[in-house]
Amino acid sequence: MDVILFLIFAIIAVVAAINVVVQTHPIASAVSLIGVMGSLAILYLLLGAEFIAAAQVIVYAGAVMVLFIFVILLLNAGAEVKRGRSLVVNLLGAPLLLALLGLLAYFVERLFPSGVGVRFGGFTGGTAQAVGRALFTTYLLPFEVTSLLILVAILGAIVLGRKELD
Amino acid sequence: MSEVPISWFLTLSAVLFALGVAGFLFRRSIITVFMSIELMLNAVNLSFVTFSYQLKSVNGHLFTFFVMVVAAAEAAVGLAIILTVFKNRSTLNIDDVDSMKN
Repeated sequence: MDVILFLIFAIIAVVAAINVVVQTHPIASAVSLIGVMGSLAILYLLLGAEFIAAAQVIVYAGAVMVLFIFVILLLNAGAEVKRGRSLVVNLLGAPLLLALLGLLAYFVERLFPSGVGVRFGGFTGGTAQAVGRALFTTYLLPFEVTSLLILVAILGAIVLGRKELD
Repeated sequence: MSEVPISWFLTLSAVLFALGVAGFLFRRSIITVFMSIELMLNAVNLSFVTFSYQLKSVNGHLFTFFVMVVAAAEAAVGLAIILTVFKNRSTLNIDDVDSMKN
């Protein structure tokens, strides 16, 4: 059951991710990216990360992607124009990418040959209570620094986005 | 076999990361390049949550949480930069934004 669930949503995630890369129209890429994020939320639930799954849907699929689609609509971004790439990219791009993927998969298989299997309910420490307790005790300082980061980001976005005064 | 091997999750994460790198390298639209970065961040988040499951610890979830917060802040600033670039140059193609090239 868990394997079937994993396979369904892993395939959805990979197909949607391929769609993000190959679609020429930005809005199609954005909708595919929402598909990736949604299926990753299901996989988080499978891994026992309830809070992170909810945050994934709310923060990523909700807030961040709405911001992306808003900017795409605001700028009226059309399909991107095809033009010649450099020779290096054409010759080396795909082989180097496959080499990266192969290397990553090789080390994953070497490091985790037959480690613990994942089954639903095998780890229940990812509740909002557990995450909140760690967040406000062990990770209190990073949490506060993060709030400062958000403040700076908001100010930066406002400064960048405002009209010139003179 | 009712248990999913942990390496499958990590391999999925690697595949998504490689696809994000591909989009970052091959696409020419600023917005799509930016979305590829988000795809890579999501792939890394999946790795964090998987390791958190393996180690039976909540720390990976906290890292994922911070990555999400930084990604949200990055999206806000990055999209503001895209708006400014479009306002100044009327283009969304990264090949046309080459002031520092020569």
